[in-house]
Amino acid sequence: MELSTILIQTLNGLQYGLLLFLIASGLTLIFGIMHIINLAHGALYMVGAYLMYWLSGLVDNFFLAILLAVPLAALLGVLIERFLIQALYRREHLDQVLMTFGLIMVIDSLRSIVWGNDVHSVAIPAVLSGSIQLTETLDYPLYRLFISAVCAAIALAMYLVLQRSRLGMIIRGGSSNREMVQCLGIDIRLIYTLVFAAGAALTAFAGMIAAPVSSVYPGMGNQILIIAFVVVVIGGLGSIRGAFLGALLVGLTATWGAVLVPQYAGMAVYVLMAVVLLFKPRGLFA
Amino acid sequence: MHALPRPIQLLLALLLLLMAAYPLFGAMLAGEQHDFFLQQLTSIMILAIVALGLDLLVGVSGMVSLASAAFFGMAGYALVLFAPEYAALSIWIALPLCLGVSALAALLMGVLIIRTSGIFFIMVTIAFSQMLYYLFHDASFAGGSDGAYLFMKPEVAIAGVQLLDLENRTTLFYVVLASLGLLFVLLRTFLRAPFGRVLLGIKENEQRVRAMGFNPLFYKLAAFVIAGTIAGYAGMLSATQYGFVSPGQLSWQMSAHILVMVILGGMGSLFGPILGAFAFEGLHHWFASLTPHWELPMGVVVIAMVLLLPRGIAGLLLQLAQRESSKTTQAPLAGTIKQEAEQ
Repeated sequence: MELSTILIQTLNGLQYGLLLFLIASGLTLIFGIMHIINLAHGALYMVGAYLMYWLSGLVDNFFLAILLAVPLAALLGVLIERFLIQALYRREHLDQVLMTFGLIMVIDSLRSIVWGNDVHSVAIPAVLSGSIQLTETLDYPLYRLFISAVCAAIALAMYLVLQRSRLGMIIRGGSSNREMVQCLGIDIRLIYTLVFAAGAALTAFAGMIAAPVSSVYPGMGNQILIIAFVVVVIGGLGSIRGAFLGALLVGLTATWGAVLVPQYAGMAVYVLMAVVLLFKPRGLFA
Repeated sequence: MHALPRPIQLLLALLLLLMAAYPLFGAMLAGEQHDFFLQQLTSIMILAIVALGLDLLVGVSGMVSLASAAFFGMAGYALVLFAPEYAALSIWIALPLCLGVSALAALLMGVLIIRTSGIFFIMVTIAFSQMLYYLFHDASFAGGSDGAYLFMKPEVAIAGVQLLDLENRTTLFYVVLASLGLLFVLLRTFLRAPFGRVLLGIKENEQRVRAMGFNPLFYKLAAFVIAGTIAGYAGMLSATQYGFVSPGQLSWQMSAHILVMVILGGMGSLFGPILGAFAFEGLHHWFASLTPHWELPMGVVVIAMVLLLPRGIAGLLLQLAQRESSKTTQAPLAGTIKQEAEQ
């Protein structure tokens, strides 16, 4: 195998991994702080991609479409949290699984009613449509680098907010001791709504920027949900650091799996998960 | 698990009788659609068998597994791939093969995940069943995403004498009905035995079970394998019925549908999941006849069920039965199933 192929596939793997981090971090954040398992997380990813398809057709500008779509996704998150998830805080995980599965069915069929069942594509914005010359014979699509850079920047911002800001302190406090945070006069319900909306916006945003690369299709949410689960299981439930490492591992494994064992590419990341569970039954950073 | 209240015993007996008599009066009642109904009832009962097995995990031992479809599908594939193309496989080979494959798969998966619990357990069961889904989806030996066909149904014969003809729809209907009934009785007996009591104890308080000298991991693993094997048995029946298997049968969405059946029917009661399978599939067919977007009303039903009917149909029935039988004692309404489980 040529060095250039290795480099390209590794870059692809990192890009996929960074994108997965956006999705998995929302999932693990919602679990870590609110103790909620949200199966509809993947459906929100799909909604993000469809919003992007719809809005970029409407306003004819990629960046403006994202600017409009992110608040919409966050609003959807707020509505879901306020009307459905709030009923689940004192309930068992089983109820959470069922309700969010019901939510998947509802979101999926609304998507089918509004946007149909066809596969759509979203154009890469003209500014980012070129490629970058890596070596003499090798160029790499600029848009993929853009995805990697944006995701990495968001990961860094998330780290700073959670570890260095007052809000992050409250969120971390809320995850370890809900009652104590309430006693300090902080409205924990508002924090929960905020976290859920942020998680929804993150995964929907991932769907938006992935849309030009992955195209927009009905089953995309459920597919990415399970991969995000694998990331969270590998990284350890509730750990953002674990989600980051897990996402990169899964991204690289999936990409390299498709190159090295194309026949069983779909299974590669699950084998990785099985190996991790064999040695670390609760994930790497639990 | 003590005896069911009288009215519920009667209700179940009546339902069993109705089902058993269906092939006799179905042709009169449904006319041309009789064959279709017979087929649908058979496949609903097959799903009810899976739901019954899942109840052992979710309702009895408190393990929320989303992998039942994986074992269901694997057993079906085992039958289809192992059967020779132009001859029927003997049931004496097919049965141990299908049960063995699903039991082994459940054992391997179980060993890896049995130490985990809660959300982590749920996620890992989903992830592993998706792995098996991809195995059959990508593999050329199993027909890939197109699925695979079974040309001859297993042959039930002793010393060359045919006992049952599984090609016959009515015969298959009775085989499935008998399987469901026997399994129900078997599991209820099983739960009354010490083994079942330990499982019930694990759901209540795992620490205490451990303190009493039982190893909860062993019991949980055993329950996981038993439920997987039951799903495998159902998978064999389903592959026999339709002569076709596809990767979709292993998908986690299918497992989630089974889980909805268990909860809709009322977990932990064993008869609830059977009712749940009929209710879920009944709603499914009804909604599908109204709109191509049947998932929308179904999703709303699932959400409403979580909010309004957490104990399912069985909980409702037990509540009614209890109110009938003891109007004076005023039993606490919410704890009916739990009480039953404890006794």
